[in-house]
Amino acid sequence: MNETAARRRGALARFWRDYRAQRTGLYGAAILAVFVLLALVTPLVTDPSGLDVTKATGPKMAPPSAEFPLGTDESGRSILLMILWGSRVSLLIGFLAALLSMVIGTVTGITAGHFRGWSSAVLMRITDWFLVLPSLVLALVLAAILGGGTSTIILAIGVTSWAATARLIRAQTLAVEARPYVERSRVLGAGHWHVMTRHVLPNVAPLVLANTTLTVASAIVTESTLAFLGADAGQASWGSMLRGSYDWGAVTSGAWWYVLPPGLCIVAVVLAFTFCGRALEAVLNPRLRGVA
Amino acid sequence: MTAPIEIEPAAGPAAGPQEGRGARRGALGYALTKLGGALLSIGMVVVATFFLFRLIPGDPAIAYTRDVPLTPDQLALLRRQMGLDRPLPEQFLDFVARALRGDLGTSYEYRRPVAELIGERLGPTLLLVGTGLVIAVSLGLWQGTRAAWNHGGRLDRFSTGISLTLWSVPTFWLGLLLLMVFAAGVGPIPGIFPTRGMEDVDAPDGPMYLLHVAHHLVLPCITLVAVVYAQYLVVMRSSLLDEIGQDYVTTARAKGLRDAQVRRRHAVPNALLPTVTLVFLHIGLVVQGAVTTETVYSWPGLGLLFYEAIKGPDFAVMQGTFMVLCVAVIIMNTLADVLYHVLDPRVRSA
Repeated sequence: MNETAARRRGALARFWRDYRAQRTGLYGAAILAVFVLLALVTPLVTDPSGLDVTKATGPKMAPPSAEFPLGTDESGRSILLMILWGSRVSLLIGFLAALLSMVIGTVTGITAGHFRGWSSAVLMRITDWFLVLPSLVLALVLAAILGGGTSTIILAIGVTSWAATARLIRAQTLAVEARPYVERSRVLGAGHWHVMTRHVLPNVAPLVLANTTLTVASAIVTESTLAFLGADAGQASWGSMLRGSYDWGAVTSGAWWYVLPPGLCIVAVVLAFTFCGRALEAVLNPRLRGVA
Repeated sequence: MTAPIEIEPAAGPAAGPQEGRGARRGALGYALTKLGGALLSIGMVVVATFFLFRLIPGDPAIAYTRDVPLTPDQLALLRRQMGLDRPLPEQFLDFVARALRGDLGTSYEYRRPVAELIGERLGPTLLLVGTGLVIAVSLGLWQGTRAAWNHGGRLDRFSTGISLTLWSVPTFWLGLLLLMVFAAGVGPIPGIFPTRGMEDVDAPDGPMYLLHVAHHLVLPCITLVAVVYAQYLVVMRSSLLDEIGQDYVTTARAKGLRDAQVRRRHAVPNALLPTVTLVFLHIGLVVQGAVTTETVYSWPGLGLLFYEAIKGPDFAVMQGTFMVLCVAVIIMNTLADVLYHVLDPRVRSA
């Protein structure tokens, strides 16, 4: 047991050494660390009552000033405060939706890759169906039918974004199961569950990790788009702020402080996740080494 | 750099030439297999739509006629018209039969048949998506070719960076920025493009009308192109990079052909294959881009109709638009599969 732990520690150290060599990956991780930290300390240092329209104290649609560093919105709320609290909603939905998508995608992928015959065919048929459909349109319909709320949005994004992951995992599962040691294990009497969880899962896990990082990025974009198109979680996220800026004419009246910050935050976080995901892919996938 | 041998097309997982049985039966058999798959997918859309829209909490009759005051008699009549008093399987069969006839129900918001509304909005969407696709594909292929041919150079890094950034930018935010800068104007610079719609109330007649619409089309089109062209660039780039490592390119060079000729006559035609199919295969992304773009610019197309239905909510219109969009995407994908099969002899003999 001790030996295993040492081996794992060694692998982790090697992983970190390789990851450190990816400059953009490090930038991405740094940006993410800043945003996550801000999201975590926001409830400790700011007062959420400023988010309440009825308790807002500032002037309406005011440009940045000393008191409101990023200006105010149509009802006098501080944009900075909304950005900080919005980061919690956007990041939470992004993470949980990606997690849900990853779980569905991995389970489907491994199952479809492990079992042959009609069950695999049916699963792949469903996967292809989800892959083809415009996922945003489906997510919008789901959110509209199930009604607002954070969990609805997470469900809508997660259920519509797992298909690509499932495809990827299935291909990897097929590759892993063709290896001799899996055959050996099967000959020794290993069941389906043992092969899938002890041999396939650990081997596809790195791929799942890299893929999930990229999925978080697209989940955050999807969340903001859904919020802009009217399916929001009922709490101020970056996307619903942009909805507000559009509804209240900030775009046409030149109130840039209402339009730029939420969008820049989305782009920064999404780019950071993309950088991390690509760096992870480059480290974990030897074929990409030296190419990207 | 050694290019990995890709047996599967780089176009994406859904290209699916894995169904080897269909491939061996020849082109017709393959097309029939794909057609069957498409019909199955469309069937799944119809089934999913039926059951999804039965999930709406509360009485569907009330949900569908939102904001329209009805007497209990009218409500009862409506429920009978919608078939809500019949058993579920019967309702389903009726739903399928109506959909096959092109009857997508009636919108209570507009008090008109949904199919008619969709037909009206189809034109503007086709105009926007068509123009956008042509520009995006040309731009993506051209830039992708240049990036791959000067692999690792400044241009390559620049265009990869741009495409990565554009991928991270939410479509609607890009639309808002363009609106703010070019339609509303920044500081002393006045806005040069209209902020919304496809035409103004005082639109001119005759040939000037085309110019008028084109003027309205500029910003939505730029937004759509910016969002979708990057994927064509990336695929063209990687697909051409695969070709550059091949022996036949080396042979062409060894024959003494000029660089431009090797690229134009040998490498690019082969690299085009997966990219052409990608245009159709990723049409779902274009549809999503269109929904968002049309919403930002109030472009009177299908996307805006769908958005308004979501906002209403007008479930009849939502259901109809959803089915039409999904079916269109499935048909495009099937076309892509068949096209790929026709264009690439390697897949055919596999």
